[in-house]
Amino acid sequence: MTQPQVDDRTRDPGRTGIADDGTAPSARMVRLAERLRERIGADKVLTDPAQLRTYECDGLAAVRVRPGIVVLASHRDDVVQTVRSCAEAGVPFVARGSGTGLSGGAIPVADGVLIVLSRLRQIVSVDPDNARVVVEPGVINLWVSREAAPYDQAYAPDPSSQQVCSIGGNVAENAGGAHCLKYGFTVNHVMGAEVVLPDGEVVRLGGTASEHPGLDLLGAFIGSEGTLGVATQVTVRTIRIPETVQTMLVGFHSVRDAAGTVSDIIASGIVPAAIEMMDALAIEAAEAAVQCGYPQGAVAVLVIELDGPAVEVDEQFRQVRELAEARHAFETRIARDAAERALMWKGRKSAFAAVGRISPAYYVQDGVIPRTRLPEVLEEIGRLADEAQMRVANVFHAGDGNLHPLILFDDAVPGAAHDAERLGGAILDLCVDLGGSITGEHGVGVDKKSKMARQFAGEDLDTMQLVRCAFDPDGLANPGKLFPTPRLCGERPGVRTAADTPDPALGEVF
Amino acid sequence: MPVRPAVPSGTQVCGVVPVDVAQPTTAAEVADVLRSTRGTVVPVGAGTKTGWAAPPTSCDLLLRTTGLDRVVEHAPGDLVVVTEAGVRLESLRRQLAEHGQMLALDPPEPGATIGGIIGANASGPRRLRYGTVRDLLIGVTVVLADGTTAKSGGKVVKNVAGYDLGKLYTGAHGGLGVVVSATWRLHPLPAAVGTVVVPVSDAAEAGRLSALLARSTLTPTAVELRFDVANAQAANAQAVGSRVTGSGVTGELVVLFESIEASVDAQSRAALALLGGGTREQRPPSWFGQRPTGGIVLRLAFEPFALPHVLRALPDGASGTATACTGVAYAAVPETTDLAALRAAIRPYDGSAVVLAAADAARAGLDHWGPVPDSFGLMTRVKDQFDPRRRLSPGRLIGGL
Ligand SMILES: Cc1cc2nc3c(=O)[nH]c(=O)nc-3n(C[C@H](O)[C@H](O)[C@H](O)COP(=O)(O)OP(=O)(O)OC[C@H]3O[C@@H](n4cnc5c(N)ncnc54)[C@H](O)[C@@H]3O)c2cc1C
Repeated sequence: MTQPQVDDRTRDPGRTGIADDGTAPSARMVRLAERLRERIGADKVLTDPAQLRTYECDGLAAVRVRPGIVVLASHRDDVVQTVRSCAEAGVPFVARGSGTGLSGGAIPVADGVLIVLSRLRQIVSVDPDNARVVVEPGVINLWVSREAAPYDQAYAPDPSSQQVCSIGGNVAENAGGAHCLKYGFTVNHVMGAEVVLPDGEVVRLGGTASEHPGLDLLGAFIGSEGTLGVATQVTVRTIRIPETVQTMLVGFHSVRDAAGTVSDIIASGIVPAAIEMMDALAIEAAEAAVQCGYPQGAVAVLVIELDGPAVEVDEQFRQVRELAEARHAFETRIARDAAERALMWKGRKSAFAAVGRISPAYYVQDGVIPRTRLPEVLEEIGRLADEAQMRVANVFHAGDGNLHPLILFDDAVPGAAHDAERLGGAILDLCVDLGGSITGEHGVGVDKKSKMARQFAGEDLDTMQLVRCAFDPDGLANPGKLFPTPRLCGERPGVRTAADTPDPALGEVF
Repeated sequence: MPVRPAVPSGTQVCGVVPVDVAQPTTAAEVADVLRSTRGTVVPVGAGTKTGWAAPPTSCDLLLRTTGLDRVVEHAPGDLVVVTEAGVRLESLRRQLAEHGQMLALDPPEPGATIGGIIGANASGPRRLRYGTVRDLLIGVTVVLADGTTAKSGGKVVKNVAGYDLGKLYTGAHGGLGVVVSATWRLHPLPAAVGTVVVPVSDAAEAGRLSALLARSTLTPTAVELRFDVANAQAANAQAVGSRVTGSGVTGELVVLFESIEASVDAQSRAALALLGGGTREQRPPSWFGQRPTGGIVLRLAFEPFALPHVLRALPDGASGTATACTGVAYAAVPETTDLAALRAAIRPYDGSAVVLAAADAARAGLDHWGPVPDSFGLMTRVKDQFDPRRRLSPGRLIGGL
């Protein structure tokens, strides 16, 4: 796993404009740091600019903000104490898991505290009888499946970043993965969470049972991108590992045929565990990076996985082959063992990083369209790319219409990064116009907050703010993310001006 | 939008008679009603589950959503449907079946509407495979207490833009807003169906068989237990000194397979072998998926593996069904049941018991929802943000919200 590649743009401090010494900390930061050292221990509170610099950005990397204070929490109580201290001082805080988020959700607030949770990595309990695993928020996604494996169980949500991303970050982003077509997203697998609310109160949402009397606050918390509080413990459910898994790699000479095959499979009543698609440029990149041996000359490949009882999988596999052949698939490979299966997935799961092999820099987008519009959308993306004179590699969860266009650019060319972002924006507009969404799994963060108003009306956004105001009336939890216009609670909609409420996430933007 | 006096229709909500009734036919009319009135409003669909929430403390206006009865859009290739809140599940099911698709929710209440199913968070046996409202609802539009119309989610299955307010409206009994339309993720209709039915002679056996299924690679769409409880009698009959604490739970377990023919057949055979007996039937028995009736009807939720403990905690005379591998059960218990004691007994298993039905006379003394959780303060703040004047379904939610 590597950090995503846009950071090439900002690695050189000369170009980013961040001075090495930073700006002097404000008086309230100095006071808060002192208080935090008293309460949780000096070794967990960082204020040295050189140390703070490590935490300036997450996986988005195009936006960097140096936090005022970094807290390396090593116990749940450290989180509670930190949030409480922030609440007392009226200082904003941002939670950070593994920092792999691609929408800038974990970008710090300059005059605020970044709470790093990556030391909270205890597996609290594994209960195969009830199919539950309880973890601390910093626990890595893949570890959950590793813990459950001896009992033939697994944690279903499998983001491509699963070797490094944290469960807390998954909960905050409602992370998906290749297999969510059949198994659902993080929200369908998280049963409970202990949450430190922005005023420092600790509440338990959900639990180990599948239902609880009262409002489903857990459901609202999942996917809230750190704006409603900090999860300090998470209870997930695990699934039984299926009897059989079969994976095939299918090569096509046209994108239209590949996309048509996806629609045909779905229309035939089959729900595959995964259907992933890559186009020629993405294949080229993956080959260059991991030599995954994808079919030569393919303009598009599908990775299709079916799982379940053997008889079912065998029959459906046969059907899928027929459907692909009817759409002129020129090569179909079936993984004979776990190693071959892993290789097929390797090409797909390393695709983001692989693009770095064929381009100096790239920008990852994440949008959703109704699956049936796939061929026309890909053509339109191609047209937009030509117009912008840029190359776009397409990698996506085709089964649920979740696109990940990777926009390639040369960061040595002035203005190229900006052009890439503009092209990304145009692709998102296209998604919205077709009835889709500006994000299927990476979240809104800072990257796409301006696009929220394209997908939602003012009333819709104001209604979401009601939840924010119930959880976080003072707006201290991850301010400046998710919503296009910062707003104070209790303020009447429609009377705000941008000048009234400076955007705390506006650090240095490149 | 006509608002007429309720009395002639004789409608009531848990014994509370509304002053007026409104039956809008569009979302705009719903908004209009909420903007043009000031009093308390209780939204209902077909009214099949009004007993699932506590009686309202006041009901100036009963707002029926059955007039919002259009299927707005069905995109078969995308497996998505948009319906208004008053559409009846049965009729939606028929329409979707023509395309070989289904909305994979199977609460049994006849005539139930989409809006009522969301508001009450109603589900049935197939939740084992497909989940519940929260897993299938991908978009929702509501009218808030002040008449604002707001949507959340969208029309694609994958979407993480903004807060997912559909989760909050699910099970909120209209207390946060009136659901006017919903967008759902659909599933293909399975080609074949078959069941395996196994008699169960005590609570431990019910637990053991469910656990065997849960840990197996079989993929049933439902595992339902029907049970009758006579714990005390059984205990009396036990010989003193016997190590076996006999449980007086009897019933049968139904394992439902829905897939392609070959898979239903192979899995049914595998289930017989795994469970060590039983019979194969084409269709599930008539009790399958039906709610129990009589006395006080409860919905119990608990850690799935605690099923035998929960069955043992039920009073004599209790009967009902359990969605065995998910930890949900519906039980009809005698009116004399000590609810507080039952709740305390299942609490160690994250257990809860909510009243679904009771005679109006018995309601007054009943704690409908049970104890409030530690997040109740937060729930109250959410309610106060959405409905600051407490005019929507007042008193119907947990803790009197
Ligand atoms: C190569 C690559 C591939 C990826 N593939 C996928 C994919 O397939 N599917 C997918 O969904 N995502 C994918 N991602 C995005 C990213 O990995 C996910 O969003 C992940 O869930 C983020 O986890 P994290 O621990 O890195 O969180 P961070 O980046 O540290 O934080 C993300 C957000 O969560 C908040 N947060 C973190 N912890 C907590 C907590 N305990 N309580 C409250 N809020 C918290 C932060 O404030 C921030 O807003 C990919 C990223 C990369 C780099």
